[in-house]
Amino acid sequence: MKLTLRIWRQSGPRDRGRMVTYRVEDVSPDMSFLEMLDVLNQDLIMRGEQPVAFDHDCREGICGSCGVVINGRAHGPERTTTCQLHMRSFADGDVVDVEPWRAKGFPVVKDLVVDRSAFDRIIAAGGYVTAPTGSAPEAHATPVPKPDADVAFDNATCIGCGACVAACPNGSAMLFTSAKVTHLNVLPQGQPERERRVLDMVEAMDQEGFGGCTNTGECVASCPKGIPLASIANLNREFLRASR
Amino acid sequence: MSTDIAVPPQKQRPVGRFWASTIGKKTVMAVTGLALVAYLFAHMLGNLKIFLGAADINGYAAWLRTIGEPALPYGVFLWIARVGLIVAVVLHIVAAAQLSLRDRRARPVRYVHGRVSFATSTMRWGGATLAVYVVWHILDLTVGVANRDYVDGQPYHNIVADFSVWWVNVIYIVALLMLGLHLNHGFASAARTLGVATGTIRTVGTVVAVVITGGFLVVPIAVMTGLVA
Ligand code: HEM
Ligand code: SF4
Ligand code: FES
Repeated sequence: MKLTLRIWRQSGPRDRGRMVTYRVEDVSPDMSFLEMLDVLNQDLIMRGEQPVAFDHDCREGICGSCGVVINGRAHGPERTTTCQLHMRSFADGDVVDVEPWRAKGFPVVKDLVVDRSAFDRIIAAGGYVTAPTGSAPEAHATPVPKPDADVAFDNATCIGCGACVAACPNGSAMLFTSAKVTHLNVLPQGQPERERRVLDMVEAMDQEGFGGCTNTGECVASCPKGIPLASIANLNREFLRASR
Repeated sequence: MSTDIAVPPQKQRPVGRFWASTIGKKTVMAVTGLALVAYLFAHMLGNLKIFLGAADINGYAAWLRTIGEPALPYGVFLWIARVGLIVAVVLHIVAAAQLSLRDRRARPVRYVHGRVSFATSTMRWGGATLAVYVVWHILDLTVGVANRDYVDGQPYHNIVADFSVWWVNVIYIVALLMLGLHLNHGFASAARTLGVATGTIRTVGTVVAVVITGGFLVVPIAVMTGLVA
């Protein structure tokens, strides 16, 4: 396959940045999108140019670091991470636009790399249980009803990739925050700090400059882990309950 | 071994804090929006009385002014309702404007390969259109200054006179379609904001939007087709 890529290049946080057009040849449909970028970068290095900076780590869809916006969609045309997106989702000769996540809370560091530490600060505001854990307790020590365990588990699969923010027309971090709050607030271990957790995490989310939720569902359509809109409704419910 | 970790006392959360948060503002939008939907539903049912004849709808309008008598003086109930509606509309618009500004600031650099959200833009621009429409509507059928043929206390006459002018019909129909779009997203959105998680709420929202819009629409259509004259 041959592709024309238009990639956001920005040398640093203070650079204004611009889209730059590249051509890549010898792309196999079995490559991942990141491997295709590796091919481009190899080419750029051979030509003495700066390779395109992009974030990645696990390359197996679990670390959440590889987010880029491809043709206007967070993580591209499939509902997965960029590292798990294969080039067979594109056609020979396609023009593909690649941009970084765009949000006030995610400033661009370089090219396609953004600083997602705003998510860490939301977690630091309450996305944990302040109890001494020690070694793993016996599984039956604290009974958890099966439906609650399922909800907690589904929400715990959020990898903090930020696709929800990138896809949202308002740059809102509600889906991420709702997954974290729902995960802990549904479990017995989360009960003692249930109210404080939701109030503090929502406050931290607002302070980072993320937008509000308008229930458009763009986040859900882009979430590689399938976090549902029901989690946002639950976050609202937890917030109202704690605000009484 | 166990370690004790001091849990700091819970912070105070006054009303100001609620209003300052995005979810608090959305809650205000949802509650005021639903109050307006309830008002619209009653208003729409009242309008349908035009099909029962001039005496019926004119009598209904006169009755609205006597609700609560003798405890309330003539017309006072109507003014209480109007003050409530104004408060709801102002809160709804202030929250919408503040949140929309915040949402725009949350993405200072736009995507080159951007997409437009239909729901978000129809809510914002459609909502603003509705505000302008509501002002015109009050001048037209409540105050009467925008209606050349206005007769105080004769809604049947005023409505028929109004919808005999083609451009008045255009304004009404466009505004009602805007309202339909606003409610189609807004009702389900309000429910989600208030914590309703089921997906079927979208269908409920669409039914509410169609019923209210349709109920209002049949009146100008009936005058245009001569069914009501
Ligand atoms: C100037 C007039 C208005 C403006 C600017 C306005 C704007 C908005 C905006 C921006 C939203 C948020 C939409 C979203 O969630 O994406 C909204 C929601 C809503 N609007 Fe309005 N609106 C106006 C008038 C009205 C009227 C007249 C009604 C009642 C008939 C109404 C009912 C609702 C409802 C029920 C919601 C849902 C609340 C929620 O999202 O939680 N609006 N409006
Ligand atoms: S909710 Fe989904 S899209 Fe958002 S950070 Fe978590 S995994 Fe990524
Ligand atoms: S590189 Fe870890 S999820 Fe893509």
